[in-house]
Amino acid sequence: MGLFILRRLGVMLLTALCLTFIVFWLTNLYPNLEKLAKTQGNFRMSDEAVASYLDKNGYLQPMPVKFGQWLGVLPGWIHEEDGVTTGRCFSGGTPQEQRPAYCGVLQGDWGYSTVFKDEVGSIVSTRLGLTGKLMFAVMLLMVPMALLVGVLAGMREGSKLDRSLSTFSIASTATPEYVSGVIFIAVFASSAFGLKWFKGSATSAMENATFENFTLPVLTISLYGMGYIARMTRASMTEVMTAQYIRTARLKGVKFSDIVLKHALRNALIAPFTVIMLQFPWLLNGVVIVETLFNYKGFGWLLVQAASNNDIELLLAVSVVSVFVVLVTQLISDIGYVYLNPRIRIA
Amino acid sequence: MEELSWGNILARMFIQLGPVWIALIVLFALSITYKRRLGLYGKLFDSTIGMIGFALVMFWVFVGIFGGPLDMLVTHDPLSQVSGMKNKLPGTPMSRAEEGEYAYFLLGGDNLARDVFSRLIKGAWIVVQIAPVATLFAFMVGITLGLPAGYYGGRLDTVLSFLANLILAFPVILLFYLLVTPEIVLTGIPNYMALFLFIFPLVFVGILLNARYYTQPSVRTPLLIGVLGLLGWLYLSLVSTNGAVVATPTYSIPGLPGFLDLFDIDPGILVVFVSVVFVNAPTVFRIVRGLAMDIKTRDYVAAAQTRGEGPWYIMLWEILPNARGPLIVDFCLRIGYTTILLGTLGFFGLGLASESPDWGTTINAGRRLLALYPHAAIAPAVALLTLVLGLNLLADGLREESLRD
Repeated sequence: MGLFILRRLGVMLLTALCLTFIVFWLTNLYPNLEKLAKTQGNFRMSDEAVASYLDKNGYLQPMPVKFGQWLGVLPGWIHEEDGVTTGRCFSGGTPQEQRPAYCGVLQGDWGYSTVFKDEVGSIVSTRLGLTGKLMFAVMLLMVPMALLVGVLAGMREGSKLDRSLSTFSIASTATPEYVSGVIFIAVFASSAFGLKWFKGSATSAMENATFENFTLPVLTISLYGMGYIARMTRASMTEVMTAQYIRTARLKGVKFSDIVLKHALRNALIAPFTVIMLQFPWLLNGVVIVETLFNYKGFGWLLVQAASNNDIELLLAVSVVSVFVVLVTQLISDIGYVYLNPRIRIA
Repeated sequence: MEELSWGNILARMFIQLGPVWIALIVLFALSITYKRRLGLYGKLFDSTIGMIGFALVMFWVFVGIFGGPLDMLVTHDPLSQVSGMKNKLPGTPMSRAEEGEYAYFLLGGDNLARDVFSRLIKGAWIVVQIAPVATLFAFMVGITLGLPAGYYGGRLDTVLSFLANLILAFPVILLFYLLVTPEIVLTGIPNYMALFLFIFPLVFVGILLNARYYTQPSVRTPLLIGVLGLLGWLYLSLVSTNGAVVATPTYSIPGLPGFLDLFDIDPGILVVFVSVVFVNAPTVFRIVRGLAMDIKTRDYVAAAQTRGEGPWYIMLWEILPNARGPLIVDFCLRIGYTTILLGTLGFFGLGLASESPDWGTTINAGRRLLALYPHAAIAPAVALLTLVLGLNLLADGLREESLRD
């Protein structure tokens, strides 16, 4: 088990390194840099002005060197012009002896955002906190609902209840967030239908989440993920319900509710556990869409801002965080599956 | 003229979509009559869920075909703006309808005073065109790489699986934001990806035929030359635009000259297409690899190995046909997922032009006025929902029927 986790961690690290390099490469292509220079300076910059801006800010070094500097394994660039020294690791007026040579992710320095004019580390952590709040509410609603629907559908395969709940799960997986969100806003928050129950914007929920402004975004994300988990739970529940020990229990005359709750449920919940963990990366997609739609300025909103403005260091930090989330949840789901299922643990 | 009531609007839409209903009825009547002779497709008509799903899917396919290339169902031009119709509610009559012009905006006008109903129908054609073809390409890539990975295993499998997991670990939206921008189109990267990804159908068909007719060179050689020549021509026309395969401001790689080029693809559409294939292929790869690993232990594979068949013959003519059930089901689901991805791209305004009538772009345009005039966003949202729902129900019906025997 220890060796397994160690190997997985190694592969994880390699994957994360490759992915960040791909993001780094794509954001540092020349047309992207040109766009960055023009948004930072002005849109009518000549080609020479763009080149000199990029050179002054260290963007024209070879790609591996820049990547090494961002990682913190190579010393940061220093540029001298007309007696003014600028550098990656220090601001203009720092005396020579206080200038650190290395500043990268390994030193805990995530860089500087060109859009928000602030340290990337602090921006990402604030936004992650806000998204964490959203995700917590989503999990609180989605997981129990999905398990309930799945267990109810799977306990009597082929019954009317099963058919209607299964159709409901299929419908919910077929509704992407931008469709359900639009329909929810139109029905529950617009003047056209007259039911002004909730708010169509979640901006105020960032400080003060209330039932009125937080329900629609949470519901929108939960609905899409719910159907999939419910279908997995149903499949696993129907399989358990045909097992020998359930038949034995029925023949002994155990009440049906006791069979479901005491005998079947525990074994039926192993498979959904992995599915729920693997849903995290999917939820990230939903978060981006919902935060854009409801104007909730969290991590997903940050991703859109960073990507559409080619804010290189912010975008890198965002992708490191999201790739990390994906890989860690994969690892947890693998370990959890092995741990929960004795047949694999012993083999 | 006064506004139409909702009953009236629905009746008029029903009449307007007349050709679609006729096509649907003919298709269903024919299919149900001959369902015993049609294999898995015929069995679909034994399951209610499958039939409902198939009807929903075919409805949008017919709407797309009749509305797109045949230009039948639309009431107005999807791009022209009509004065006085901005944000008008469904069923509003046109203020100055000319002779021969349809007098109503059946589903209202959007914020640029265009007819929502006509845009909906034109949008269906874009989705019906791109989603299945992109899924097909993803399947070609996934099958061509997944079969050897599962069959041979070992180092090949390790490398390919690592690459697939690498792409899968990327959040899809981040990948889209990185790939589908005008700046990236300038660098020519989508063209290189198109060159790489579109070659897989050629490789697949080439190996497929070669493995089958390897022992009869007199049949194989002309067949391969003919089929690969035709496919190669299509491939070159697909990847080359204006006589160049890759054209960037600094250099260009020459491709098929203009007079041989069958069709040109808009660079915006190409980058959308390529990235959707790129995102879907690793998942297909994983499914095919799993199926191949399972099926290669069967007796008929061992028998083929003992007969002395080559590895590609076993993969493509023994393993693949026996994996078709799950693959067909996944194909339906994946078209739905591709439709969702296309909508996501439109929703974020990536790739397709902002006046494009496709559903995602229309939802994006309509969502800003959602609180006041929801009809412009709701119509494409419901359309997308029903199409994806239909594909999911169809996949469910197929799964049920293919498990029955």
